[in-house]
Amino acid sequence: MSDNGARERVLLNRDEIRRAITRIAHEIVEANRGADAIILVGMRTRGFPLAERLSRAIEAFEGTKVPTGVLDVGLYRDDLTYLSVSPTLQPSEIPTDIEGRSVVLVDDVLFTGRTIRAALDALIDYGRPQRVQLAVLVDRGHRELPIRADFVGKNIPTARSEDVRVCLEEIDGRDEVVLVQGE
Amino acid sequence: MVSQQERPETILEEPALAPASWRRRHDLDRDDCTIDVIELVMTTADRMREVLGREVPRVPALRGTTVVNLFYENSTRTRTSFELAARTLGADIINIATASSSVTKGETLIDTVRTVQALGAQIIVMRHPSSGAPYLAMRHSNVSYINAGDGRHAHPTQALLDLYTLRDAVGSVRGRKVVIAGDITHSRVARSNIWGLTAAGAEVTLSGPPTLIPREYACASEGRLPPVKVDYDFDRAIEGADVVMMLRLQGERQQAGLIPSLREYAQLYQLTEERLARAARGAVVMHPGPVNQGVEIAPEVAHGSHSLIEAQVTNGVAIRMALLYLIAGHRREGAR
Repeated sequence: MSDNGARERVLLNRDEIRRAITRIAHEIVEANRGADAIILVGMRTRGFPLAERLSRAIEAFEGTKVPTGVLDVGLYRDDLTYLSVSPTLQPSEIPTDIEGRSVVLVDDVLFTGRTIRAALDALIDYGRPQRVQLAVLVDRGHRELPIRADFVGKNIPTARSEDVRVCLEEIDGRDEVVLVQGE
Repeated sequence: MVSQQERPETILEEPALAPASWRRRHDLDRDDCTIDVIELVMTTADRMREVLGREVPRVPALRGTTVVNLFYENSTRTRTSFELAARTLGADIINIATASSSVTKGETLIDTVRTVQALGAQIIVMRHPSSGAPYLAMRHSNVSYINAGDGRHAHPTQALLDLYTLRDAVGSVRGRKVVIAGDITHSRVARSNIWGLTAAGAEVTLSGPPTLIPREYACASEGRLPPVKVDYDFDRAIEGADVVMMLRLQGERQQAGLIPSLREYAQLYQLTEERLARAARGAVVMHPGPVNQGVEIAPEVAHGSHSLIEAQVTNGVAIRMALLYLIAGHRREGAR
């Protein structure tokens, strides 16, 4: 994205991201009455490190290691027509049978909801989970589908022309959520 | 840029995840393919293989796209392979075998592709007995073409699936000795594989009767062709080979006087167990099919433990899915 002349505002810093993840981890365990039947499935790309962090956080206070998986929804998107090139496909790996489990989808930003819709289609091809929940670091609004998150790090009202950029240590070398103003 | 799309930066502009991007509207030849483009197709094919392994192998990625198989020559495996690939991706596929079409009433190639385009096709998979036919069609229509074999010129998807099969079987082909044996002159499979294999860094040796190997490959001075060795003595060529790729010998070659008899050809050029024993330990055997058992290859070798022939067929579907997916993406870009 163009940095020239674009105004940026930090929405979440490193500590705020850490606290949000710790809180979501507690909420997930509470809502599921324990951590035994949960699997955390991160969405490519930045949902996966978030899922791993949630798993580590849950292990720290609950003593249970929650399995994590990763989902690439490139083949399931309904907006391929609007993308300029086919997204590069990455492997999806769901480590355990999701049959009868609570799947928590994890993503960095919830925006139109189309990625999550695609993720639900993709997930159902792996089996029939008992239920599916959604955890996101940032909910920026502008939904185009009847989809909502069960666990939210931070609700951020945005304009459509703005862009929410999530940077994570594991991928970008630092933790930060930035709002980038459109031209 | 795209505004209605979620997280553009994480899907499209992740440099570490997109080593090469697809910039081709058509796929007609392997002569202009760099190794990173080949690798992009192969990593995309890995995802497709995962889809094919599922209980219900069907994803909606190409929903609403119409693919037409336009075959001016008989084919079972290539046509079926494209058909399965398109269906698995949720595309609509129409098969046109020209033997039962208006082509028999004298419709020209250009008229036919224009008609197919007018009916709503976005991608045409074409096989034609004349070299260069898809290049002619391309100039007279707006659809994307995938070359499924044109005359003696090219069979580019076969080269991709062969490289893909080799990646599984032997890892990188860089520095490996590959022998392509048989009727090189009439083989589009050989031509495309020579380009693909040399781009991937393999050392390619061609072997066969002098009447069936184009002279220009034998003269190393021809700068436009990829560097290959030629050895008319198959027993010598196969020494230490890591990969032995056999080609189909057509019976007509005898009538044309290019070989004295099928029996003599088999004596000198059939891949037998004894000959295979001269190759490197763990060498693999390939054949694009359909196999003439007992002519270019002995049945026990074709079905033996070194044979990759079935894997080639299976991998063909994943490779063709990858190509359809990448080309459909590029078409959308062109339409913007």
